[in-house]
Amino acid sequence: MATRDATSKEKDAQAEVPGGEEIGFGEVKHGLPDAETCRTVLSKMMLIRRFEERAGEMYAKAKIGGFLHLCIGEEATIVGATQALAETDYLMSTYREHGQALARGTPPNAVMAELFGRVDGCSKGRGGSMHLFDWERRFLGGYGIVGGSLPLSAGVALACDYLETDDAILSMMGDGATNQGTFGETMNLAALWKLPVVFLIINNQFGMGTALHRHSAVTDLSLKSEGFGVPGTRCDGMDVLDVHAVVTEALGCARDERKPQLVEAVTYRYRGHSMADPEEYRSKEEVEEWRERDPINAFAKRLVDEDVFTEDEVKTLDAEAIEIVDEAQRFADESPFPDLDSLYDDVYVFSDEVPAWWTVDERTPEVHRGEREREAGELPHELAEKGAAYAGVGDHAQRQRRAPKDQDAEGEQQGPGEEDEDDEAEAVAEASGNGEPEAEERDESGGAG
Amino acid sequence: MAVMRYREALNQALREEMEADEQVFLMGEDIGVFQGAFKVTAGLLEEFGEKRVRDTPISENTIVGMGVGSAMIGLRPVVELMTVNFSLLAMDQIVNHAAAIRYMFGGQVKVPLVVRMPQGAGHQLGPTHSHCFEAFYLHVPGLLVAVPSTPADAKGLLKAAIRDDNPVIFIEHETLYGQRGEVPENGGPLRFGEAAIRREGDDVTVIGISRMAITAQKAADVLAEEHEIEAEVIDPRTLRPLDLDTILESVEKTNRAVIVEEGWPHGGVGANLAALIQEQAFDYLDAPVQRVTGADVPMPYSKPLEQAAFPHEEHVVHAALATFRDL
Repeated sequence: MATRDATSKEKDAQAEVPGGEEIGFGEVKHGLPDAETCRTVLSKMMLIRRFEERAGEMYAKAKIGGFLHLCIGEEATIVGATQALAETDYLMSTYREHGQALARGTPPNAVMAELFGRVDGCSKGRGGSMHLFDWERRFLGGYGIVGGSLPLSAGVALACDYLETDDAILSMMGDGATNQGTFGETMNLAALWKLPVVFLIINNQFGMGTALHRHSAVTDLSLKSEGFGVPGTRCDGMDVLDVHAVVTEALGCARDERKPQLVEAVTYRYRGHSMADPEEYRSKEEVEEWRERDPINAFAKRLVDEDVFTEDEVKTLDAEAIEIVDEAQRFADESPFPDLDSLYDDVYVFSDEVPAWWTVDERTPEVHRGEREREAGELPHELAEKGAAYAGVGDHAQRQRRAPKDQDAEGEQQGPGEEDEDDEAEAVAEASGNGEPEAEERDESGGAG
Repeated sequence: MAVMRYREALNQALREEMEADEQVFLMGEDIGVFQGAFKVTAGLLEEFGEKRVRDTPISENTIVGMGVGSAMIGLRPVVELMTVNFSLLAMDQIVNHAAAIRYMFGGQVKVPLVVRMPQGAGHQLGPTHSHCFEAFYLHVPGLLVAVPSTPADAKGLLKAAIRDDNPVIFIEHETLYGQRGEVPENGGPLRFGEAAIRREGDDVTVIGISRMAITAQKAADVLAEEHEIEAEVIDPRTLRPLDLDTILESVEKTNRAVIVEEGWPHGGVGANLAALIQEQAFDYLDAPVQRVTGADVPMPYSKPLEQAAFPHEEHVVHAALATFRDL
């Protein structure tokens, strides 16, 4: 844990690390795009900001479990970079990826439902905050292992190349990931095999609670890939237009010339690493300094100054973002928890028949094949219900075992209160009023991550 | 039926599947120009070119991870790792990604990846190149695990692995590469989860894993000739999915079971099978299930020590006889 001393040293180094002059922090570097594009960009950044704020609140109310990594402060980097992608390009990200999914167009309802662990979540409640995924929009996931997604993204680029498409992938990582072995391995292979991939380092100045200059000997991260044959550039991660311009150029190079590129976006995360972060490694003043460069305020101010929008129009966009987030929260709250019988779904792809034991369920004395959970006896189901009751969330009706049915029948999930054929479930649902027990306030002091 | 070596059977499986499906390609260290550390990929670079037979740097974690990524969007990669010990460098990609991705993303993608690797002692390769880790991979839901012991199975199961939509850990054995055997045109079983009964018998069930399936058969011959005991020898061939029903049927007939593996005893395949057998066939057992495993040590280099550290038929014979002790 950093002492106050270390924090003040960090402040000194800070002045150098962001490379303010070189990148031209806060300077106007690019002309504004057309009004419609400006609206899209500002709306997306506002949506991410408001969504993340709400997610933080929902975490405090224990609606969201596990770890929650918010990207507040990084919106310009996320939106600037993803706006550079073609619809057919792929995107991979780290575990701090709610913003990436939203920017790519994943419905906020599905993202919030995933954070709530509900069946309508974009990963059906299996992945949670760190593992969002949206195949349809070619958002290939958030990944919980630092540096773990780098080889995957190179593999996607290899497939783009192998299949002779024009598609490319934008592969995002944090500053901490540049210290992983996969970083060097992946840079080498991407350059060696001339793959259509752009690596984007979202340098938010900290690998969890360790400041950049305390975790990396080389603090200009754009240099770290060059020795492997992947040229790097830096951009102002608080300037959505700068990120967009630099990533667009890099993607062009990767796609058209088959020269993989690396971009370092220098930015800052306002909130802790996760919600369980007491932030003893930095000063309030430092956070305040960065907040003054706020990417959303800066962009909105410029739009007003240059007469693209009025202040009222900006406020309206923000109000719209809040409405979308209200609706996402409502949707997530109403979405059921996943069916307990679905526990073993999607561990394997089964072709025509299942001739052997693929998974073994040993939770009860009635040992059975996990893939036949739906046909297991009464005791396994009783015990599954008892186990699920420890969650202390949702109502009994939402957790009820449902009759075996086609798992692919999406959109046909019963909502709460619709299980009218099940008297017992109904009775329990009524007894518990609105369904949700009163949310406990979360103790944020414990836990890593 | 053609007679060929285990390595040739694997080579044929790769060639045939590459001919049948353009999306099948190979990646690995020294599999191309060098033709493979154990020559399994001999001739394939020449036949299919560099796009489909890719020599890689020594970067196991990244090679496997790239296999996973490319499989997610439609390719069917076959990654060769030089030994099972080197696969430990790729454990993150295998366990955290290959095995988990379909599940953690709610079934939106599949990962049709094959990771091939040889294991086993006998060549004096010492403590970093000689182990048997099928138990590690068996442990992980989301992975399929194949442990072929004959040329026919090597061919059939590798073809099945490549066609399968799940990630497969395909574990070959270093001392089997030169073994000859009859191979039907399409190889042995074309699907996972079917055990082979190598020898029928009524007195004791002996289950052999990987090369130990062969050791078990040799032991069965000794048991018949010298002890008038007829052993039923079962080779599960794949550990996930596991043909537990064939094993249980046999145990219900013989009332005795011996499990033979080359890996370590704690948390091993035998520990797992013994638990499953006693849970589901306890009433049929006339004796405790016996395990024969490799020694609980890192594999030593010195030849006599190495040979003493993994099971031979003598060990299996004694274990089988122990199930006939008066209780």
